[in-house]
Amino acid sequence: MEHTDTQSKPNVFTIVDMEPNQAGVIVEIRGGQKIASRLSTLGLVVGANIKKVSRHILQGPVVVETGRTQIAIGFGMAQKVLVFCTQGGE
Amino acid sequence: MNLLLMGNPNVGKSVVFSRLTGVHVISSNYPGTTVEFTKGYMHFDEKTIEVIDVPGVYTLEPVSKAEEVACEMLDADNVVINVVNATNLIRSLNLTLQLIKKKIPMIIALNLWDEAKHTGIQIDVEKLQQILGVPCIPICALTGEGFKGLVLKIKDAKPGAYEYEEHERLHEAGNITESVEKITHRHHKLSEQLRDATISPVRGSLIALIVLFYTFQIIRFIGEGLINHVFTPLFENLWTPLMLHVSSLFGGVGFIHDIFIGRLIDGKIDYNQSFGLLTTGMFIEFGVVLPYVFAFYIILSFLEDSGYLPRLAVLSDNIMHRLGMHGMSIIPMMLGLGCNVPASLSTRIMDTKRERFIASTLMAIAVPCMAQIAMVVGLLGKHGEAGLWIVFVTLFAVWIVLGVILNRVMSGESTEMFLEIPPYRFPYLPGLIKKVWMRIIWFIREGVPWIMVGIFIANILHTSGIIEVIAKFTQPVICGIFGLPVEAAGALLIGFLRKDVAVGMLAPLGLTLPQLIVSSVVLTMYFPCVATFSILLKELGIRDMLKATGIMIISSLLVGGMLNLILGQCGWMIR
Ligand SMILES: Nc1nc2c(ncn2[C@@H]2O[C@H](COP(=O)(O)OP(=O)(O)OP(=O)(O)O)[C@@H](O)[C@H]2O)c(=O)[nH]1
Ligand SMILES: [Mg+2]
Repeated sequence: MEHTDTQSKPNVFTIVDMEPNQAGVIVEIRGGQKIASRLSTLGLVVGANIKKVSRHILQGPVVVETGRTQIAIGFGMAQKVLVFCTQGGE
Repeated sequence: MNLLLMGNPNVGKSVVFSRLTGVHVISSNYPGTTVEFTKGYMHFDEKTIEVIDVPGVYTLEPVSKAEEVACEMLDADNVVINVVNATNLIRSLNLTLQLIKKKIPMIIALNLWDEAKHTGIQIDVEKLQQILGVPCIPICALTGEGFKGLVLKIKDAKPGAYEYEEHERLHEAGNITESVEKITHRHHKLSEQLRDATISPVRGSLIALIVLFYTFQIIRFIGEGLINHVFTPLFENLWTPLMLHVSSLFGGVGFIHDIFIGRLIDGKIDYNQSFGLLTTGMFIEFGVVLPYVFAFYIILSFLEDSGYLPRLAVLSDNIMHRLGMHGMSIIPMMLGLGCNVPASLSTRIMDTKRERFIASTLMAIAVPCMAQIAMVVGLLGKHGEAGLWIVFVTLFAVWIVLGVILNRVMSGESTEMFLEIPPYRFPYLPGLIKKVWMRIIWFIREGVPWIMVGIFIANILHTSGIIEVIAKFTQPVICGIFGLPVEAAGALLIGFLRKDVAVGMLAPLGLTLPQLIVSSVVLTMYFPCVATFSILLKELGIRDMLKATGIMIISSLLVGGMLNLILGQCGWMIR
């Protein structure tokens, strides 16, 4: 697996950089309180389990699964969510 | 006491509302269907109480205009029915806990109980009731199961008794959910595969193209079929003879005769040229437009209720971003193809003023409503498909180019899409039929008066000779820029009132195909009909509406003029 991301921890990626089907736990949300509280309305908070469903193309939205629902997240927003990946990938 | 229906988006509040009050409102399988509040009444305890359907919210801090509407409602001294999604308790409880903190008397309706059962989710209602301290009732809004109990419990509504720290809210919602919920098995494989395929960028986009292609094919098939096999025979064999009879009662001439029956052409009624209220008016509304409107709403309702539209929103997010909006703006565009009026309202699901402005302007300029499309198809279709393609491809190009320009010149940028994608559902047929019926009735009620006013004014303009004065004034634009005969001034004038009548007024002018193309495009772009205009004015405010109007006029002059030039040079190719 290759990533352009320069993370200090090897297993932490932004949602954008995760592989489809990869799952993990949200460890950090960047970009301030406003984004964090918006994300929290659909259950995306630090500690939440998520699984990536589909990859973006041309900076389109990313789809993730959390709990029982799928959520589409705009590219810019998805870049701000860091996930510690525990399993899966291609 | 008012009853407020509050809950997350897409949990079935509008269905509950319809059932409680008998007032039918639109419900669809995507978040953001309801964008304004609707009032209705129900009898209860020998009293009549007001029930209010409210846009869905995830929290009490509004993000979009629609959510603002909902949160503003909450201040008055109301009782809340908190409609909760039984298949996603944790998310719903996040809002419930906020309502509890506000000390608002409430009861909880656990809706989608049927779906919860299917997906293997069990909720211990008794325990939930104890924890929260408010009455909880499982219901299925579609079938009405549990409603008797729900209505009986209204009088037991009380503020909840659950204490928690604000920053722990999500956590608490999780804990409560865990303690009352039991999950036995997971969903079905097939629907999961469909779900994943339709949302992946590559496969999903291909599927979307196929879906859209067939959507238009089916609409045309149903629309044309109804016209050819039902409405045309009805008019020819029933209505025309009747109108001829009425005409002879009037003696075939006179002012009154001409208003209702119109001019007789060689002693006969010609729906294209007579222009009487009861002849051309009725024919446009029922003989041409209604079949297409009906066809469109069947298909649209199917797309809405199945849950496909939010997928389309995700797939188109990419393009929409370049036009200054995000994917959900596909909703006002799709609705706009039916009628621009509800589409203007639905721009409220967008987050910022900028996005609402861009979405409204693009929709009003480049998205023709089904009434107009039907007339254009009827008029240009006779000359083959090429003319129709040019009209719709031009409008699509205008939509893209104008969006890109607006996105560049307006300060600010488009916000990110953030959308809960609902599960696919098989449309509930009685609900779907009801919805199509509602929309048809609405179309007739709103449409017929305007069509009649349009035809009436068209008549007055002609008989009084005012039209010639206007024609003289507008000649430089109409003849000079658009290359149309001066008589087209009448159509452009009536286009302010009603697009279908305006297109109908082109029929007797004997235009060439290039002229028909130019006039169809210009009629779509230069101004929305009054009904749309008045809604947009309310939604955008005077200043922004003036801006939008300026954009409409300038772009229609540009595009109409250019089309005229190009078709004048290359028109031979399509003749
Ligand atoms: N299976 C099932 N479907 C339901 C039930 N109640 C509502 N639905 C469906 O759920 C979808 C959403 O219903 P709406 O009434 O539009 O939801 P809403 O809460 O008003 O949504 P917004 O106006 O967007 O906030 C529709 O497709 C309904 O047919 C139910 O009890 N069972
Ligand atoms: Mg609703």
